[in-house]
Amino acid sequence: MANKLIYLDNNATTPTDPRVVEAMVPYFYQHPGNAASRSHPFGWAAEEAVDTAREQIANLIGADSKEIIFTSGATESDNLAIKGVYEMYARKGNHIITCTTEHKAVLDTCHKIEKQGGEVTYLEVKRDGLIDLAELEAAIKDNTILVSIMFANNETGVIQPMKEIGQICAKHGVLLMSDMTQAVGKIPVDVKELGIHLAAFTAHKMYGPKGVGALFVNRKKPRVKVTAQLDGGGHERGMRSGTLNVPGIVGFGKAAQIAKEEMDQDAKRLSVLRDKLENGLLQLEESVINGNTEYRMPHVTNISFKHVEGEGLMMTFNQNIAVSSGSACTSASLEPSYVLKALGLGDDLAHSSIRFSLGRFTTEEEVDFAIDAVSKGVNHMRDLSPIWEMYKDGVDLESIEWSEH
Amino acid sequence: MAYSDKVLDHFKNPRNVGTLNKEDKNVGTGLVGAPECGDVMRLQIEVDEETKVIKDAKFKTFGCGSAIASSSLATEWLKGKTVDEALSIDNMDIVEELALPPVKIHCSVLAEDAIKSAIKDYQEKNGVA
Repeated sequence: MANKLIYLDNNATTPTDPRVVEAMVPYFYQHPGNAASRSHPFGWAAEEAVDTAREQIANLIGADSKEIIFTSGATESDNLAIKGVYEMYARKGNHIITCTTEHKAVLDTCHKIEKQGGEVTYLEVKRDGLIDLAELEAAIKDNTILVSIMFANNETGVIQPMKEIGQICAKHGVLLMSDMTQAVGKIPVDVKELGIHLAAFTAHKMYGPKGVGALFVNRKKPRVKVTAQLDGGGHERGMRSGTLNVPGIVGFGKAAQIAKEEMDQDAKRLSVLRDKLENGLLQLEESVINGNTEYRMPHVTNISFKHVEGEGLMMTFNQNIAVSSGSACTSASLEPSYVLKALGLGDDLAHSSIRFSLGRFTTEEEVDFAIDAVSKGVNHMRDLSPIWEMYKDGVDLESIEWSEH
Repeated sequence: MAYSDKVLDHFKNPRNVGTLNKEDKNVGTGLVGAPECGDVMRLQIEVDEETKVIKDAKFKTFGCGSAIASSSLATEWLKGKTVDEALSIDNMDIVEELALPPVKIHCSVLAEDAIKSAIKDYQEKNGVA
């Protein structure tokens, strides 16, 4: 297994399922039509394929197919939902509530809205990554138009109490939007049951292709509308102009159909593997799980290995194993993960974190290999670490005057 | 981001990892960086009493691959130099030798700081201004 590449970064993107690729192929050449061409068989074939996909996707989240708006991905869907509601409901109010651990596609969109004169409340999360429902309810005001809370966090896998959030929003007559990118296709999601009015998600996190996403927009009770952010041909019920990515959409639909059928067995198998990985790595002293472990995606674990820096650690095994780190060094910003910091972790622990995200194609053999390789890496890095040595010598690290740089 | 072969070599086979007795009069210790910043380097030198030549150097580093490589390289360069010669090691020499990208230049700065800090500690112990 020395030269094998093991992919444990499925929260970044998933491989496209070969069955999905197979479904897409005819729509590149054999059926090249534009789904908006109403006057010939090429267009009809494309439109029919899109309709089928729309059904498959709607079916996966308990929506009606007319409520699915195709986009280029979850980032666009987040932008369209939040900016679109802000503009459409301007007469009703200008206040949006979200939380500090959201994806940048939500946070940066909210920052832009603040610059345009909107008002945004960023709810803090508790140590386990969950929002406080009482705080959410208390934050709702007369001018609140939207609550935007992600379903499952990309870094920790922590799942927010969407049903309770939905009830609070319903009680106060406020729209609820959810970035469901990490949840859809992996755990059951029913937007109607949860009281979600807008939901963003994407194909490439659920074994579909990159470059195609969706926004669910509730059509009845209440009928929700968003102001289009792209001007053009008025596709997608006027909410998102642009020629539809037919092969991508076909793949998205196929991925949704497979997910619907196989989600339960995948989740069961992956939670066993994840637990094995997690328990194996927790054998290392001074390693801790970040985030709530009860309300968590079945395939994700985020672990901090104290006194070891994440990027350095990854370098010990990244010829074979792909994971992500909350360490600053993996991003251009030099700031460690804002999500982990929002959970109350110190910068040192955020620097020491690794996210493992398993997927449909992860095997037990790979997990066994990863436990061994990561454990060796942690031990190697600790042998090199002056702060590990101090910790072992009983030095109080808090008492040292570090030279911040 | 790909690492240079030299960074990978120092990372995989770090030179002079270890700990010298910091109470020893001939040993100078520099501890720079902070866990919150994701980099801590401890660099130690042992100076020959007669010749003032650095006869041993050891390091331990908490940090990314470039930080480890920078400190490993620093210990290699320090050995055999006099204290005065060691003071002239510039962070840009490390950047050049390891082909560090711009986002990793701070690792070389930290290594230079660690060298200077270790020398300062040695000089203070031995009454050199």
